Amino acid sequence: MSLYLRRDTPYPLFEINILKATDQQLLTVSSELGIGLNLQEMKAIQSYFKSKARNPTDVELQTIGQTWSEHCYHKTFKGIIRFNGKEIRSLFRTYIAKVTEELKPKWCYSVFEDNAGIIRFQGGYGIAVKVETHNHPSAIEPFGGAATGVGGVIRDILGVWADPIACMDVLGFGPLDYPYEKLPPGIKHPKYIYMGVVAGIGCYGNNMGIPIVNGAIYFDESYVGNVIVYCGCVGLLPIKKFRRNVKPGDIIVLAGGKTGRDGIHGVTFASAELTEKSEETSRPAVQIANPLEEEKLRRAIIAIRDLELASAITDLGGGGLSSAVGETAKRFNCGATVELDKVPLKHPGMAPWEIYISESQERMLLAVPPENLEKVLEIFCSEDVEATAIGKYADNGLLQLYYAGEKVAELEIPFLFSPPNVTREAFYEPPKLEEPVFPEPQDLNHILLRLLASPNIASREAVLRTYDHEVKGATVIKPLVGEHDGPSDAALLKPLKNSWRGLVISCGMNPNYGKIDPYWMAASAIDEAVRNNLAVGGRRIALLDNFTWGNPEKPDRLGTLVRACQACYEIAKAYRTPFISGKDSLYNESPLGPVTPTLLITALGVMPDIRAAVTMDVKSPGNLVYIVGKTYRELGGSEYYRLMGFLGCSVPKVRVVNARKTFKALTRAIDLGIISSCHDLSEGGLAVAAAEMAFSGGYGLELDLRLVPRENLERNDLILFSESNSRFLLEVPEKCRADFEAIMRGCTYAEIGRVTRTQRLRIHGLNGGVVIDAPLTELRNCWKKTLG
Amino acid sequence: MKRHEIRVCILRVGGTNCDMETKYAFEDLGVQADILHVNHVVKHRSLMEYNALVLPGGFSYGDYVRAGAIWAKWMLAKMGRELMSFVDEGRPVLGICNGFQVLVEAGLLPAFDGIAPYPEAVLAPNNPPGFHCRWVYIRHENNGKCIFTAKIPKGQVLRIPVAHAEGRFLFPKETETRCLKRLIENDQLVFRYCTKEGVEAGGKYPYNPNGSLYDIAGICSPEGTVLGLMPHPERAFYWWQLPDWTRQSFMPQYGDGKLLFESIINHLEKKF
Repeated sequence: MSLYLRRDTPYPLFEINILKATDQQLLTVSSELGIGLNLQEMKAIQSYFKSKARNPTDVELQTIGQTWSEHCYHKTFKGIIRFNGKEIRSLFRTYIAKVTEELKPKWCYSVFEDNAGIIRFQGGYGIAVKVETHNHPSAIEPFGGAATGVGGVIRDILGVWADPIACMDVLGFGPLDYPYEKLPPGIKHPKYIYMGVVAGIGCYGNNMGIPIVNGAIYFDESYVGNVIVYCGCVGLLPIKKFRRNVKPGDIIVLAGGKTGRDGIHGVTFASAELTEKSEETSRPAVQIANPLEEEKLRRAIIAIRDLELASAITDLGGGGLSSAVGETAKRFNCGATVELDKVPLKHPGMAPWEIYISESQERMLLAVPPENLEKVLEIFCSEDVEATAIGKYADNGLLQLYYAGEKVAELEIPFLFSPPNVTREAFYEPPKLEEPVFPEPQDLNHILLRLLASPNIASREAVLRTYDHEVKGATVIKPLVGEHDGPSDAALLKPLKNSWRGLVISCGMNPNYGKIDPYWMAASAIDEAVRNNLAVGGRRIALLDNFTWGNPEKPDRLGTLVRACQACYEIAKAYRTPFISGKDSLYNESPLGPVTPTLLITALGVMPDIRAAVTMDVKSPGNLVYIVGKTYRELGGSEYYRLMGFLGCSVPKVRVVNARKTFKALTRAIDLGIISSCHDLSEGGLAVAAAEMAFSGGYGLELDLRLVPRENLERNDLILFSESNSRFLLEVPEKCRADFEAIMRGCTYAEIGRVTRTQRLRIHGLNGGVVIDAPLTELRNCWKKTLG
Repeated sequence: MKRHEIRVCILRVGGTNCDMETKYAFEDLGVQADILHVNHVVKHRSLMEYNALVLPGGFSYGDYVRAGAIWAKWMLAKMGRELMSFVDEGRPVLGICNGFQVLVEAGLLPAFDGIAPYPEAVLAPNNPPGFHCRWVYIRHENNGKCIFTAKIPKGQVLRIPVAHAEGRFLFPKETETRCLKRLIENDQLVFRYCTKEGVEAGGKYPYNPNGSLYDIAGICSPEGTVLGLMPHPERAFYWWQLPDWTRQSFMPQYGDGKLLFESIINHLEKKF
């Protein structure tokens, strides 16, 4: 029996003989068509077509394959998980969405519904935000993968009628000095990937004229085989222009770039592990970027939005037309009819299924009431954008695809969106780790200099300068601040011309802690994102979660994911910070092993008046320096331990009650204008934060470790480099001392020194002697040279 | 003419992206500024309705081929005559960043002997190579011919950001010395990169961010009514756009970029 029957058509179209196929043959079909479905899913398809008494076409199978992929349907997050004996129905509902449902903030306008979350900003304006992952494509083709990652997330924002105003990028690479001889075949050197990814992101953001204002770069051995590329975008929209009311009869308009063979099976590729052969087999899964096209598209879409000419919009991302058309039809309880031969193509001879699932970039899908069609096409034309009516929405609940008049697919929409429920096994057991025992090093000065130069702490200036962070003229606090380009805790934007209200964007990510306990990694990531936001002046914070994990079909990988999700619920709930959007990227495994589980938390805060914003560089000699928050013996996973060659097990915890008290007091102090500078304590702890504040502002600091509030800590090195959460260093003018201390009553804080006119960082140790004494220029040079 | 009667046209095309902040700068000074797509101008409007023209920053046509090259040729082909009369009448034309690249590619700058049929200079890829975004200092060098800097005393140092990958101003090697001499003698040199104190950058990075010949950041036409510059004055307009505003106890209301916009408006108020 032949599995594939070619239909007698002048274009390639096959029927797949699955009605009588054996289990083995079903799996063969799944693998030969490259749709990556398992047996359970293939059998569900088989029984559907048995009920229809016919075989599916390749278009139908491909459509189902795309819709049911991990990337499009998020089977793991929506499915059932058996975790250490308990059953969890949907990780997403149980831990992520639940925070938002229970907090019910009035300012959340639309969360987890569209491609981007929308929160209210001011005066009828909303802020849309989304962070995407683009790990798999970037591992194969760093430049194209990263560029299309930025392009894709910008379209997510356009896909909720918002005008993109800023981008964020968080990247993870292997060590740049990784030995070539250790690289297995098929894996590219971290340095090559780093250069390509950075260039790709800059290329797209700069060309589109969207400032890249926030981000992070993290280096970890496990990223050698699994590069991490998180691309985020924030947009502004007048909420009353947010239109979502498709009716049967509305025309489906495809606008933007032409459709080609680039980006075929991107989602299937993203839902599988990387192998030695990925380069060969999956190169076509990476799309080609053309930011110019998207810039024009953006102008046209904003014009159409303002005139309220369309009834819905969505972007074409993973799954291409198949997911855009299908999801729109499902959402509005419609059917859809598409004439695939009307789709403008990059090259002739594409098969109908290729047209339907191609992920070519810079395309958007609009639903347009027939009476507005002419006007919409005219607007696209005036911006030199190609737009074509390719079909219409119907009231029959059917997805019908035609090519040259012949029906090539007919699927019931409800079937298409009810894949068999996935049940996965998860298991978590804490790793057996020990706290290292070693004597306090003699020369802490030297340790500090090495820490400042370590890849996870060193200046990102070399990368940041290649991104335009000022275009649009609304970046009030830039990524580099102070006299000497210090590392800003968060970015501050002024999105509206006639308002002082600001938008604060920050992020947090601590993969190293996850090696000890993914729960405290997630908790710390939330704390870091929140405190970075607060440090500048943000409040009313909304969170985004982005998970990069290994293969969820392996119970140990899934177990750590469950642990991290539990922390997301508990900490975010306690901080009253709802999740408004997110995205997961699973199957990050390569011949070198799984990725270190990496949770990125992006925090979006608002600031009533940007004029009260605070930066991290010290401002004037004589001012007092306070530390806020308690320091614990928490060096597990710290940069200090890493430098000494240890991991340890004392991972930083989050103590929500005290942290909230501190956060509230800090915000009040910032609003009163009595904080001259504020920096959060993160990688490298107190010593690194103090050094950064000093050399960014150009004044010295004189601090005393004996005054630092702490628990169970009697060693200089541990106090200097502990990474306990919820801590800040603050600079306060002497005349504001009383006011400041009144606000801080009830919090853990202490005055630990002063800003000095000398160009040195001096820190006194527990016995009164000086343990750190270094000129600012030396500290700064060490910090700047690593990536410079 | 009265300030509120002044109309400025900010042209755009696919890939232009600094139009909005440029419009805000003009509007803040009480002038009407319209952003028009070139397709719209060609079909329905005339440049002559406007008193000044701005080619803003961005990546016109993706800056494929060479920065600004495609838009320059497109404009000459589709609206060349109109553009020439605009310039000939002495109406101000300002090119910022990509706009500067377009003016050079179109032969409107330096235009030693009138508008040139081919580019006489180039804004080459930066040295060190790649896109650079940073605040730089530029010194005003013009002796009074340039109408865009009439409010700025010679020798004054301005702080304005640059953000580009192709900003290295060059003349052809074989005529470099002659061209440069001519530029200076004609009083067409307007801005040069310098240090914070106003000492010439001498080609040294990062003061001179792109390796520009003679630290050139901006030049004008022999008549002084066409100006092209790489730095973005519209991003140094309000105080909160400045990189160190949190360090100042007494902030000025505006950044240095405002001086350029004011000069254009003053010129129009007086001249027309």
